[in-house]
Amino acid sequence: MSENLLEVKNLKEYFPINTGFLRTTPLKAVDDVSFTIGRGETLGLVGESGCGKSTVGRTILHLYKPTAGQVIFDGKLVGPDTIKEYRRRAQIVFQDPYSSLNPRLTVADIVGEPLDVNKLYKSKKERSERILELLGTVGISSEQMTRYAHEFSGGQRQRIGIARALASRPEFIVCDEPVSALDVSIQAQVINMFEDLQRQFGLSYLFIAHDLSVVKHISNRIAVMYLGHIVEIAEANELYHHAVHPYTISLLSAVPVPDPERARASQRIVLEGDVPSPLHMPSGCPFRTRCSRATDKCAESCPQLAEVAPGHMAACHNL
Amino acid sequence: MAMLEVRDLHTSFFTPAGEVKAVNGVSFNLDSGKVLGIVGESGSGKSVTAYSVLQILTHPGRIVSGSIKFNGQELVDAGESVMRTIRGNKISIIFQDPMTSLNPVYTIGNQLTEAILLHTDRNKEQAKQRAVEMLELVGINEPEKRLRQYPYELSGGMRQRVMIAMALACEPDILIADEPTTALDVTIQAQILELMQDLQKKLGMAIIMITHDLGVIASLCDEVIVMYAGSVCERGTADAIFYHPAHEYTKGLMRSIPSIDDDERERLVPITGTPIDLLNMPAGCPFAPRCDNAMKVCLTGRAKEVRVGRDHLSACWMNVKEGSERGVIRTDEEGQITAIDLEGNMDVTAEGGSAQ
Ligand SMILES: Nc1ncnc2c1ncn2[C@@H]1O[C@H](COP(=O)(O)OP(=O)(O)OP(=O)(O)O)[C@@H](O)[C@H]1O
Ligand SMILES: Nc1ncnc2c1ncn2[C@@H]1O[C@H](COP(=O)(O)OP(=O)(O)OP(=O)(O)O)[C@@H](O)[C@H]1O
Ligand code: SF4
Ligand code: SF4
Ligand SMILES: [Mg+2]
Ligand SMILES: [Mg+2]
Repeated sequence: MSENLLEVKNLKEYFPINTGFLRTTPLKAVDDVSFTIGRGETLGLVGESGCGKSTVGRTILHLYKPTAGQVIFDGKLVGPDTIKEYRRRAQIVFQDPYSSLNPRLTVADIVGEPLDVNKLYKSKKERSERILELLGTVGISSEQMTRYAHEFSGGQRQRIGIARALASRPEFIVCDEPVSALDVSIQAQVINMFEDLQRQFGLSYLFIAHDLSVVKHISNRIAVMYLGHIVEIAEANELYHHAVHPYTISLLSAVPVPDPERARASQRIVLEGDVPSPLHMPSGCPFRTRCSRATDKCAESCPQLAEVAPGHMAACHNL
Repeated sequence: MAMLEVRDLHTSFFTPAGEVKAVNGVSFNLDSGKVLGIVGESGSGKSVTAYSVLQILTHPGRIVSGSIKFNGQELVDAGESVMRTIRGNKISIIFQDPMTSLNPVYTIGNQLTEAILLHTDRNKEQAKQRAVEMLELVGINEPEKRLRQYPYELSGGMRQRVMIAMALACEPDILIADEPTTALDVTIQAQILELMQDLQKKLGMAIIMITHDLGVIASLCDEVIVMYAGSVCERGTADAIFYHPAHEYTKGLMRSIPSIDDDERERLVPITGTPIDLLNMPAGCPFAPRCDNAMKVCLTGRAKEVRVGRDHLSACWMNVKEGSERGVIRTDEEGQITAIDLEGNMDVTAEGGSAQ
């Protein structure tokens, strides 16, 4: 048994985009990303909207075929022979609680679907008991289980999605913005729930979220992405207190604090310059078009991740 | 007269299982150029309140009673033809779910220019130009290319920004933003919020900001209303709500916020118990089954909104009790209010509010 449950090596995901008559340009949504997640560990993933976080999550689950790179799960390379088993043991909670739930199924059947697919029960009775248990875990009552997804509020739907992900008793879950649609109290419940499940079953998570307070709370380590690249990765408190990458620093400065006085006094670093397009990546460092520290060198070569402190890596020429 | 006046709004869904009372007597005012925040539990009726104002409720939902006045004009029962002149032009909405509100079979450009053509008097060329301009304003790179893409080709946050661009392109008097920034990272969120504030100042646009992000509420809102089970349980300035929450639900909400300064990862403190079943609303306070301080009176009736500070109202029997202990409210042995000292700093709101 290897120490790491999941190992991602040089993962790339390029989407072909129509840019004119019979012409396509690759959109480099994920460009050479590597990381590991240990058993029972949570890796947080943050970064600008559109930087490729969801694509990383989906590609490591092979919902998209990787353009290049490897995913190694529990010591085995994920490929045609291992994919079926992998699909049961690795699950995802989707970002969008609206389009990810089948509108034609009742809530009970949505949650029951993975049980059916993986034949995880012996009798009808066992199936419905398990569904009840799962819905109970996420705080949906038994009276509500015969209703359809559209009859629920955003937060309620998100919890249904979580119950479905838990159904096949996975060991690894990609949580793609699982709490951003929830109010803070239910968010607290769900986070506690994720933490309890982790303690109980040794689950590992890739936890994608925009809310840095939530990410910091739940993650052991945090990776920061920018335009398809990981630009900084460190233990959670270390990243929060000793971020070194200019992008991470601006990200941290923009966190809205739930305190009116501090909010009024806060000094956001508003990033200048255009958000570059993944269709036209700048040469060298992807952040250089908006970086206040950029130098000539930054246009010449793309900085590689290098250790700045034990377990703390950053990709920047001018640290 | 406020630009928007909502009074005692009741909206229900008439489902086969019974009447789901999603909105239960909500009242509020909104003046031009102001930002009203709505927070509250998931499922508490925030979106349904917004849909009621625009009358875009889906079957089997409908407004049961109440009044919604826009610049003095009654909108409830005003009819489709009137509402069509309001929607998009005067009041526009950024939907919580960008995927279902963008049509998957049309390109972004198509949908954006259509909306602009429909709601402004621009011609086709100008509309397209405006579309590009708006995409740029919400921070979308290479807008000309993006206009040719379909919704599924964009990331969650980009779709949300397209929705924002669409809502703002028509320069509405009121913007209803239903969780507009949940899918956005903090730097883009900051950029969008600044754009909204800018339009609010330049055009006198009013904003109803519905969000779970209390950080956004804290930095943006003039007034905040807190909803629970279809009713307003507390309202006041952002400072009042954050620093002196008075309703037991609001207090629980504030306790659940994870702090980014906390390095110890202390276990979060959610409100225990499950949300109320809107099919079977109790006579008393809907929060009572989850409230640590629930008293006998809480089970029999709902507390009226009482003033607990300047610009600060709360509908909780605890506040009534504290008021009577301080001698500003008198109650009978059932706990019902019999007299109020209006000179004191507590009084029952003349607005009616959520109490029944
Ligand atoms: N199916 C697809 N076809 C083409 N392009 C895509 C597809 N899915 C994603 N992309 C593009 O890949 C890039 C990364 O998208 P992704 O959804 O991974 O971003 P994200 O980091 O999750 O953003 P957000 O925080 O907004 O959800 C974006 O430029 C997006 O337009
Ligand atoms: N079509 C429908 N049929 C039956 N009930 C519905 C329907 N739409 C909404 N509801 C119910 O109305 C209540 C209010 O829903 P609403 O969407 O307004 O909640 P919300 O406060 O916006 O929640 P969230 O923060 O999760 O978005 C919910 O309990 C929901 O279950
Ligand atoms: S490499 Fe250069 S452009 Fe990139 S983050 Fe560092 S200083 Fe900025
Ligand atoms: S009215 Fe009673 S039950 Fe309701 S929140 Fe106040 S104290 Fe709790
Ligand atoms: Mg995403
Ligand atoms: Mg809602």
